[in-house]
Amino acid sequence: MKAAAFDFDRADTLAEALVSETGDKPVAGNQSLGPMMNLRLVRARRLIDIATVPELRAIVETPEYVRFGAATTHAEVEDGETPDPTSGWMQAAASNIAHRAVRNRGTMGGSLAHADPAADWVIVLTGLEATVVVARPDGERRIRMADFMTGPYTTALGDNELLVAVEVPRPGPAARWGYWKFMRQVGEFAKASATVLIDPENGRHLCALGALGSPPVVLPDPLAIIERRVSAADVVPSALAGRPLQSFAMHIAALERALARALGEEEDGA
Amino acid sequence: MDTNVKSKPTGKGIGSSLLRQEDERYLHGRGRFIGDIRMQGMLELAFLRSPLAHARINGIEKPADSAERVFTAQDLVGVSGIKADSGLPGFRSSIQPVLAATKVRHVGEPVVACLAESRARAEDLCELVSIDFDELPAVHDMTKARDADAPMVHDEWDENVFLESAVDIDFEASKAGAASVVKRTFKTARQCMAPIEGRGVVAVWDRHLEMLTIHSATQIPHIVRTGIAGCLGLDHGQVRIIAPDVGGGFGFKSQLLGEEICAGWLAMKLDRPIRWLEDRREHLSGSANCREHYYEVTGYAGADGELLAVDCEAIVDAGCYSTYPFSACLESAQVASILPGPYRLKGYRCKTWSVATNKPPILPYRGVARTGVCFAMEVLMDALARDLKITPEAIRRRNLVGPEAMPFTNITNKYFDSGDYPEALTRALDAIDIEATRAEQTNQIGDKRVGVGLSIFCEQGAHGTSVYHGWGIPMVPGFEQAGARLTPDGGLELRVGVHSHGQGLETTLAQIAYEEIGVDPAKVKLVHGDTAYTPYSTGTWGSRCIVMAGGAVGAASAALGDRIKHIAAHLLQAKAEDVTLQDGMAYAGTSSVSVEEVAKTWYLKPQLLPDDVDPRGLEVTEGYKTVQDTGTFSYACHAVKVSVDLKSGSVDLLDYVIVEDAGTMINPMIVDGQVHGGTVQGIGTALFEEMPFDQSGQPLASTLADYHLPVAGDIPPVRIFHMETPSPLSRFGQKGIGESGAIGPPGAIANAVNDALAPLGAEVGEIPLTPERVLDALAAATGEKSP
Repeated sequence: MKAAAFDFDRADTLAEALVSETGDKPVAGNQSLGPMMNLRLVRARRLIDIATVPELRAIVETPEYVRFGAATTHAEVEDGETPDPTSGWMQAAASNIAHRAVRNRGTMGGSLAHADPAADWVIVLTGLEATVVVARPDGERRIRMADFMTGPYTTALGDNELLVAVEVPRPGPAARWGYWKFMRQVGEFAKASATVLIDPENGRHLCALGALGSPPVVLPDPLAIIERRVSAADVVPSALAGRPLQSFAMHIAALERALARALGEEEDGA
Repeated sequence: MDTNVKSKPTGKGIGSSLLRQEDERYLHGRGRFIGDIRMQGMLELAFLRSPLAHARINGIEKPADSAERVFTAQDLVGVSGIKADSGLPGFRSSIQPVLAATKVRHVGEPVVACLAESRARAEDLCELVSIDFDELPAVHDMTKARDADAPMVHDEWDENVFLESAVDIDFEASKAGAASVVKRTFKTARQCMAPIEGRGVVAVWDRHLEMLTIHSATQIPHIVRTGIAGCLGLDHGQVRIIAPDVGGGFGFKSQLLGEEICAGWLAMKLDRPIRWLEDRREHLSGSANCREHYYEVTGYAGADGELLAVDCEAIVDAGCYSTYPFSACLESAQVASILPGPYRLKGYRCKTWSVATNKPPILPYRGVARTGVCFAMEVLMDALARDLKITPEAIRRRNLVGPEAMPFTNITNKYFDSGDYPEALTRALDAIDIEATRAEQTNQIGDKRVGVGLSIFCEQGAHGTSVYHGWGIPMVPGFEQAGARLTPDGGLELRVGVHSHGQGLETTLAQIAYEEIGVDPAKVKLVHGDTAYTPYSTGTWGSRCIVMAGGAVGAASAALGDRIKHIAAHLLQAKAEDVTLQDGMAYAGTSSVSVEEVAKTWYLKPQLLPDDVDPRGLEVTEGYKTVQDTGTFSYACHAVKVSVDLKSGSVDLLDYVIVEDAGTMINPMIVDGQVHGGTVQGIGTALFEEMPFDQSGQPLASTLADYHLPVAGDIPPVRIFHMETPSPLSRFGQKGIGESGAIGPPGAIANAVNDALAPLGAEVGEIPLTPERVLDALAAATGEKSP
């Protein structure tokens, strides 16, 4: 399949990136939009290439967080070319996104805006309590990751809004993290995933499930899970009520293994 | 057993692992594929395909001013649909239309042909055409296709069955007294064979010669020529097929396509070159379907494991049309004849149905029915062994045909030409170290369980006339010819009607010529893939080339060598029978002359030749047939160690061993390559590849994001061990091995998973072994079957 005809412009400034009319679509890495346009599942009157807009490439560090420009590629995080507020957790997650060829071009902001339910950044940045920065013609607004994705392939982004950055808070020195995703094959989208964040200095505890075909689910009472007062097998079925048994099994395993990783109990490289 | 090994580690002839001569071209990107062909004035063809699995076409509305660009079935005057009738009694005939006229029978069926200067514009044109459909209920499940209330795929039929067959050999008498009776149901998914290059065609009409040249990515150029001439009403002399470099076939490119007939007709109609390149979505959703079988099998065994009888009812989902040339019945005919595998069996009963459904036609994929059959039989063998509380190796040893019985005619009249099947089993058990895994199994904690599985099978290859006539296919292979021509510089041109698209024939056939007459393989040019230059052949399929084309090249080279010797004898003042050919030289006693000088003399200095010279010259076409046409039987034992994750259902392959016997290996490196490649595809069948359909007949894996091919990270090191028992039937003792690797993995891997799960009471019988299926099996064992 070949894409239907479209125009192509490159934005040099954020202002140009924000000027969009009906049928315009911003594009950076083109790792999801391109295939969908080729299949003619998506059409655009015009693509606006935002991959090199300086504001979207900028990295800002503060004591509280690191702000990643939306056009930061997965490979840049993987290669340590960007600061990692999580002392390597983001780097590890980035290095397991799809294949290197995808990581070379694919961007953090593009992945979030595309909002594939099985994508890594969708669950990882939810699990890290990141915040999305959205630009609009009259200014900026911030959306917590937990509120950003509203459904499969849909987000809280409005018509004239552009995802410009992601702010990832710095965990405390004693913080622990576990991310586990189940893929049958290298490079595949996950069938099940889970994150566990234990950040005692900041009083943050968070357990989330991903690859659900819908937005990630942040589990209630994470401390009970982390302290093993309740088991994954108890928690997951109620969180995923109405889903087939198989997905329980995989997500139970994902949560158990993410927790084991966070607690440093991981065995045999699962 | 290695006493018969003829392989030599070095050298250029038979048995040497000569690097592949074609790889220089491929590795430097100098191959020429259909996608590389561009011609002046060429138009790109795109098809508007049916979005529905089963529907009547009420009308088609073309865009305005598109008469020269948009074509429907009504426009294709004088074009016949594709008919591939089986010769077996009771066959129901179908006609596969070039463009659907009144009814569509599968998603992806071509309905309208659109032409433009670019493919994208041709697809734009497709979007401007509207088709008025009346959707009909679809037959999507082969096990329900024969139900009384099933819709009819072909209106004129009374049952959705291409062909039904039954065989009963001493079944009732043989099963009496069985100590173990085990019944199992097995299912293999519909798959899509996936060569890197899809199909593609460039059709060109030559007004001057009144000849239609079709460049096609095909394995079978001569058969395509016959098929296209028939469908377009042309003389054979008006059709030339050129198969350029072809990027893999695996059986997918051994069918005549409506698309190539349509492109040919358009090229004649418009007098412009027409190109169609299949894209991956067309390929996956509407074209390359294969493999879907359903089995209910019962095994009867004595207390010591002796296999007494096997009873089978098998259904093959053949899709909606019988494809040319292999028909809708090749698989079911094979199922019935090869299910007994490499085992002795006293009684056998098998019924098969080749049913029609609203899916694309099934095509023969590497291994053809053998992959499913081996899976069904080998998993049944393990189930019998478990029931009898004996080991998988014990039940196999008890029933394998032994070397002392060779040659052996089995219960379905298969002639096993040579080999030592039990020895292959022994070597595989040693290599996988089955006892170590058994020890490991006694002490397992955590979420992982290990298991070992075996499969053993034989592969009939290069079987000929009587076998295929018996299977009823409309194209019966006969013998094989090759041309051999010494060029004036002492080089050798070989001309064969088979096609090489990964098999390495440009190398192995040159090695055979070197073995016969000593021409350096670097000076051998293989001409293939062009009906204008090569002898008629049924083409490359059925693991037949190295035996049939290899035999023909051997015969042609030998005949050419005889002519070279006669001229050399004259130049050396010796007798022809005293001349030997070696490494480009002709020797007689202590004197010698180069073959190049012989060639120069013949072509350019005939004044030096004697008066009684043989004027037929240094060019021959010779034919070849095997000693008998029952085929060579290569065989292999696969042994695999797996780890099953009980929580996620994931299956990891830890070690993979293959002991195989290809008879005399022409090029051991290429044999390894064939086995490796086939094994990866077999692992795909076992673990990953599945084209599901919903109830309305929609294919659900229409991109490679949804259709999971095996990738490098899924493949463990595969350790191959060779045995080398020459075939008494072939010219050099070689056996066809091209499909072998793809046959064994599903049976071995399923057995390994069942071995791992046996202590938990769980068992799998449906492939691919997805995490969901493994978890289902575990849940079923604990009574928690998912909804």
